[in-house]
Amino acid sequence: MDEHTKFKQRAKAIYQMLLGIFGLFAVAAFTILFLMLNPDLLKKSGPQVEEMEYTTVPKEDDFDKIENGIHVRTGLVDAEGLMTVVNNCTNCHSAKLVTQNRMNEERWITTIRWMQETQNLWDLGPNEKIIVNYLVSNYPPEKKGRRENLKDIEWYDLN
Amino acid sequence: MKRRNFVTRTALGSLSMLIGTDIVFGNTMPKDYNPLALQDPDPFKMFNKDRGMEVLNDKPWNIEAKAHLLDDKITPNTSMFLRNNGLIPENIDASTWTLTIDGESVSKSKTYSLADLKTKFPQYTYQLTLECGGNGRSEFDPPAKGNQWTVGAVSCANWTGIRLRDLLDDVGINNDAVYIGYHAADVHLSRDPKKEPISRGAPMPKVMQDETLIAFKMNGEDIPLAHGYPLRLVAGGWPASVSGKWINRISVRNIIHDGTKMTGTAYRVPCNPVAPGEKVKDEDMCIIESMPVKSLITYPKTGATIKDGKVLNIRGHAWAGELEILKMEYSIDFGATWKTCNLEKPANRLAWQHFTAEVSFPKKGYYEVWAKATDSMGISQPMLLPGWNPKGYLNNACHRIAIKVV
Repeated sequence: MDEHTKFKQRAKAIYQMLLGIFGLFAVAAFTILFLMLNPDLLKKSGPQVEEMEYTTVPKEDDFDKIENGIHVRTGLVDAEGLMTVVNNCTNCHSAKLVTQNRMNEERWITTIRWMQETQNLWDLGPNEKIIVNYLVSNYPPEKKGRRENLKDIEWYDLN
Repeated sequence: MKRRNFVTRTALGSLSMLIGTDIVFGNTMPKDYNPLALQDPDPFKMFNKDRGMEVLNDKPWNIEAKAHLLDDKITPNTSMFLRNNGLIPENIDASTWTLTIDGESVSKSKTYSLADLKTKFPQYTYQLTLECGGNGRSEFDPPAKGNQWTVGAVSCANWTGIRLRDLLDDVGINNDAVYIGYHAADVHLSRDPKKEPISRGAPMPKVMQDETLIAFKMNGEDIPLAHGYPLRLVAGGWPASVSGKWINRISVRNIIHDGTKMTGTAYRVPCNPVAPGEKVKDEDMCIIESMPVKSLITYPKTGATIKDGKVLNIRGHAWAGELEILKMEYSIDFGATWKTCNLEKPANRLAWQHFTAEVSFPKKGYYEVWAKATDSMGISQPMLLPGWNPKGYLNNACHRIAIKVV
């Protein structure tokens, strides 16, 4: 056999070996994937627990979930400036103190000043404009007059 | 579904890591069950409140009743409104709790243990009306800042304790005493230990009344934590903020007490009437003392539908700060005509009074039953909102319920 044939044979042997190894890898990968998708196969057989549906635990990225235009965690309206408000206005008090109030620009600013003077609220810097704009746009005063109609009445039969 | 199982398993692993311990039986945890450590605190369970109560604020906790939940003659804890300015104190140890009396107008300050207070002085029980100064704030126009109370920030429970007067007599106070101010164990929202969430008080004539108590029992039991355990000042008929919770110090002042929420616009209304939305200078604001005449229909719940020809029995309570209710009326025609209700005498001074009436309706249709109380000075509740004020206090407009006759 000349050198050339020897080399060819060796290359073929290596090729076959590699093929074998890759084959094994492929089988292993397939098995692992299959087990990942069907983890029950790993369970010891025995008294089977009643099949129940399992719930997924909320992932980190759901922390600031928005549903129907509302920031679920705080109840604040999803609008420009939302996260600035969340980050500056819900550390000391609940967002409920924001959402139940309705004020114009001047009075929201007065409220911020009062919190800065007496409640340890920090200097909001350029965020103040963002926050005030958010509040005035989403929580402006409503006209109620001297007395409103009764609303949201839940009717029921009284025997 | 299978892939979801895998995700669940992985997530359970990270969940155990988050909580810092293995979740035993985690792999058989049913759907819709959240491990306790991840649950939001349930205020109704935590404070033993009726689930029909309305949470206005959860930091600080502010919860109000609805009119029909206040039907009991003596308000149980389950329907008593909860008003906090700061955070509820934690880890209270009643065995080491003390109350110190100090201030410019005592010659020597004195400290009492809870046992001292309970054993050295005679005890009294009174049924006392406590109403938040801002009850009804939600109706003001232009709106006023703060918790938007509707009608449910009022209660009338039995309070047991010693007279503040007896305690001050024991300490010995000077003739120049003008006011007392309380100090308490609650924590400022900013958690700044130098700040008090609230430190209000009362002038000496109110302090010296028989019914002004340093209370340690509510409805015969230890005061619930959220309502001031182990010690609470109770001054019926005045804004409930005078009745300081978790008190550990009372200062007898030779000036009007200048603690937190005594000054500026807090618990104050314009000394002279102002137009809605008008600006009022701080020096033109006067401290609220006795609360105004008011009433509540507690039965039936608003929204009742009744059969034509049936008589409707209504009932409720009426109160008037320092005064008594002399007359109680109802109207089914928006005040065009008024009919008189049966009215009971109060259990004691400063307790609310119960009323009942049998209401007939002339024909089918939509009605509102309005209730109007008149106090011993001849002052009645307004049907419209009373005078506007910057902080939205003292709304004593008539309460009303909707009724449909079919």
